[in-house]
Amino acid sequence: MIKCKTSREIGGMGHSIKRKEDDRFIQGKGNYVDDVKLPGMLYMDIVRSPYAYAKIKNIDASKALEIEGVVAVVTGKDLEQYNLHWMPTLMSDTQMVLPTDTVMYQAQEVAAVIATSRYLARDGKEAVRVEYEPMSPLMDPYKALDDDAPLLRPDKEGKTDNHIWHWEAGDKEKTDSVFEAADVVVKEQMHIPRIHVASIETCGCVASYDKVENHLTMYMTTQAPHAIRTVIALVAGHVGLTEEKIRVISPDIGGGFGGKVPVYPGYVIAIAVSFLTGAPIKWIEDRSENLQADSFARDYHITAEMAGTKEGKILATRFKVLADHGYTDASANPSKFPTGLFSIGTGSYDYNASFMEADAVYTNKPPGGVAYRCSFRVTEAVHAIERITDTFAREVGIDPADLRMQNFIKKEDFPWQSPTGWEYDSGDYHAGLELAMKTVDYHALRKEQAEKRAQGKFMGIGISTFTEIVGAGPSKDFDILGIKMFDSAEIRVHPTGKAIARFGTKSQGQGHETTYAQIVAEELGIPAEHIQIEEGDTDTAPYGLGTYASRSTPTAGAAAAMAARKLRKKAKKIAAYLMEVSEDDLEWEPGKFFVKGAPEKSKTIQEIVFAAYTNHPQGMEAGFEATHYYDPPNLTFPSGAYICIVDIDEETCDIKIRRFVAIDDCGNIINPMIVQGQVHGGLTQGLAPAMYEELIYDESGNILNGTLMDYLVPTAVESPSWETGHTVTPSPHHPIGAKGVGESPTVGAPPAIANAIVDAVAHLGISHLEIPITPFKLFKELKKVGYFK
Amino acid sequence: MIPEHFGYSAPSSISEALSLLKEHGEDAKILAGGHSLLPMMKLRFASPSHLVDINNIPGLSYIKEEDGRLKIGAMTREVDLEESDVISTRYPIFTDASKLIADPQVRNFGTVGGNIAHGDAANDHPAVMIALRAEVEIAGENGSRTVPIDDFFYGFYMTAVQQGEILTEISIPSLGERAGSAYHKAERKVGDYATAGVAVVIEVDAEGSCTKAGIGLTNVNPTPMRAARSEEVLVGSKLTSEDIEKAAEYAAADCSPSPDLRGDEEYKRHLVNVITKRMINKAIQRAS
Repeated sequence: MIKCKTSREIGGMGHSIKRKEDDRFIQGKGNYVDDVKLPGMLYMDIVRSPYAYAKIKNIDASKALEIEGVVAVVTGKDLEQYNLHWMPTLMSDTQMVLPTDTVMYQAQEVAAVIATSRYLARDGKEAVRVEYEPMSPLMDPYKALDDDAPLLRPDKEGKTDNHIWHWEAGDKEKTDSVFEAADVVVKEQMHIPRIHVASIETCGCVASYDKVENHLTMYMTTQAPHAIRTVIALVAGHVGLTEEKIRVISPDIGGGFGGKVPVYPGYVIAIAVSFLTGAPIKWIEDRSENLQADSFARDYHITAEMAGTKEGKILATRFKVLADHGYTDASANPSKFPTGLFSIGTGSYDYNASFMEADAVYTNKPPGGVAYRCSFRVTEAVHAIERITDTFAREVGIDPADLRMQNFIKKEDFPWQSPTGWEYDSGDYHAGLELAMKTVDYHALRKEQAEKRAQGKFMGIGISTFTEIVGAGPSKDFDILGIKMFDSAEIRVHPTGKAIARFGTKSQGQGHETTYAQIVAEELGIPAEHIQIEEGDTDTAPYGLGTYASRSTPTAGAAAAMAARKLRKKAKKIAAYLMEVSEDDLEWEPGKFFVKGAPEKSKTIQEIVFAAYTNHPQGMEAGFEATHYYDPPNLTFPSGAYICIVDIDEETCDIKIRRFVAIDDCGNIINPMIVQGQVHGGLTQGLAPAMYEELIYDESGNILNGTLMDYLVPTAVESPSWETGHTVTPSPHHPIGAKGVGESPTVGAPPAIANAIVDAVAHLGISHLEIPITPFKLFKELKKVGYFK
Repeated sequence: MIPEHFGYSAPSSISEALSLLKEHGEDAKILAGGHSLLPMMKLRFASPSHLVDINNIPGLSYIKEEDGRLKIGAMTREVDLEESDVISTRYPIFTDASKLIADPQVRNFGTVGGNIAHGDAANDHPAVMIALRAEVEIAGENGSRTVPIDDFFYGFYMTAVQQGEILTEISIPSLGERAGSAYHKAERKVGDYATAGVAVVIEVDAEGSCTKAGIGLTNVNPTPMRAARSEEVLVGSKLTSEDIEKAAEYAAADCSPSPDLRGDEEYKRHLVNVITKRMINKAIQRAS
């Protein structure tokens, strides 16, 4: 299906070349933060609160300090002397580094123990005695604004309640009037559960401050090294750590998924201790700390409504969100978008009235709200629209596939203005769903379902046809802490025609070392295997905002193409000079310029590059290098049509996914094999909240599943054999027509699965099930409707 | 894994192991497969001062039929049960169970003896051994003793294996030609403990009457449990669907599950009922 412009040897776009980074990964030769070992390095462990909300009466470190090898115990009071006990979040809220008087969630950092070995640090941690005065925590976000709710953030001047912000999009008046006049209105209350990225590698760092040079090298698990360096400079500038004195190195990362965007207190404590002692400080979280304290994702309570005609035409949607942010807003959204890009929730359907609003509140839970493999709250929005669309279809008695086909935005209507203000760049939604339906033989499945139902068996078919919004973003609207969300590429071609290219992004498994090389290969004709890709070192890579929200291909990938095109222009000038012809007489084919009508007269890119160093035209700059900072004109709008088929044991309520077909449209594809891998991983991470994952707290604020024994990350065993396919609708504004794909499956899978499970039991009177839909939950719902006695 | 400091010995004989256990007293722990002990040490729920690693002791890993009994060495790995021909043809209940225990990495190292000696009602082998009416061989300072499985489980993490003793063998009366066995557990995902699990052994005579029945339940009781009333209903019966219904109902009624994230009491009893029925039917099918 994919036509390649370059040969297999060049390995440009469309070739399934093997991932260059895998040579080291499959041999166990990756270099992760925990592999960094420096002379004189000390180890840090963190004492954490057993209570969700408590006053700290006293911290007694004497027993810990008696242990030989325990060097120091650091508390909030110690950091307070340097004004480092609080730090800003990416959303301009504030977060404690270490508390001086109050803890706000279970597992919050309370003190840090520094020792000469990891084991002694842990022994020291166990020996620190903290005296708490527990208070009654606020766990239910719906009670956060009650008069008798405790005021969680008295530290914030003028704050008299637990309300963080209010947000709106769309036209309220217009939408309300459509709803009033509509034949059919449906409504569902849904919760997108609080989940965790649970990357295989936990978070950690080695902070190494050199007192002589007044220079900090920070090895850390970060998806955005440049932004982190700027943040450190902003926070620690007052103690002399200015930006040129800070080098952030993000080595290989074992999964990020948004969880490695925020600045965690552990990083800051490690920097502070290294700054004070001059010793390198290593801090590596254990699994439970990672799950219990690091940023959560999702946790949106949504009231979704849809209005339409009896014939199944969608006329309007209304979404009301209550966002549980924990004790501080530590999301990683662009500044102007406190609820991220939730307003994409109008979906893939052609109607012009929508109103959305959201209110965020504080509770005694860990902070976060990270974009977990999802471009800023798109997963939440897509779940709402795709679930309510099914409820609407059921209400008007139309097959959910037919109803979607009937309401899709048409291919020829792009670019399309959404009622909440987005301009969808391109799409062919009908083609995607048609392909998905054909792949599963949809109509035969419906027949089978009717037969099974007559025998008392539960079988369900679920559809999700989503529109994503990625590639943040255009500088007029998108920034984080004021820094615009462009991204960058720098290409340097050596005299022998081999290249190194550096980027402001940072791969955590996405395969940038391969795909960026393929983009450069596509544009310059230099074989991808001869293009070395580097990211993650702020001393060498050009500035960029990092990798999350499927933004690398839309931004840095575009920058790579643009920088390469600058070089190709230069190459053309050199070729013309070498062959003594006019530039107008030259034509390009991947890897060489040749003279029109005389293809035997040509210069390869390697010859041209060599000349750039050995025989360049007078008046032209020598060398062969280019840099580009790409500021996207719009976001990109990938889409997908997913169909899930489930069989449910009508006695045990065990749910089996029989088939899952994912047709994605991510525009032009750089490496089909990598895209397939991304889709497989993303679908599994979409299956997770649909059927398995949720961080659960009791009323006292205790986390009930803070280890991987009980926080159920699905494995290959739980995953069906994913079936993938594509339609290709290039982005008209992106230099290589690509759209980004990392998140589509995570966004699209949950509603497809939930719709399938609901579909299996809808005839018994069930219209909605909250994810994760577990056998136990399904049993309870079936009991409610009288199926089980 | 960042446990507390501990000492370590790796004896090469039972007698050496016994004297090490004596020497280090009650803070010593036996290390077999380690897949129950090490996670507890990692979380510092357990902090033994000394580990006596019995992996180097020869002769503790075997599966053999001898003197009318199936004998399984305490250090037999789960993977050995999975791959044994004797087991898969004559005692498929073990194959059913082994495949549901944790994941392949754990099964490559976890041992049958350890699974029982840990004394956790959530483990799978206890119910299987109850259904099979196993006997457990325990070595101590004064020689060896044999404990019937019904006298083996004392309470939460407590078994008949006393301080200074080592579990060496599990033996089971060989199943006859007309016997069938089966095990299943409902679990939330691979590697999870059972939401509820049921082990069933059925023997029938030539006329199809039930001559022997063994039913053990996993993780629905403070200790691994025998569904005695269910067995009584079946023995001597023709194994009609009414008999099976009754047995399943008794199992669901007689267990004592605690609510947790896997399910409430009602759902767990419901599962015990459904799985008991299914496993009895599967065992009957395998018996013929």
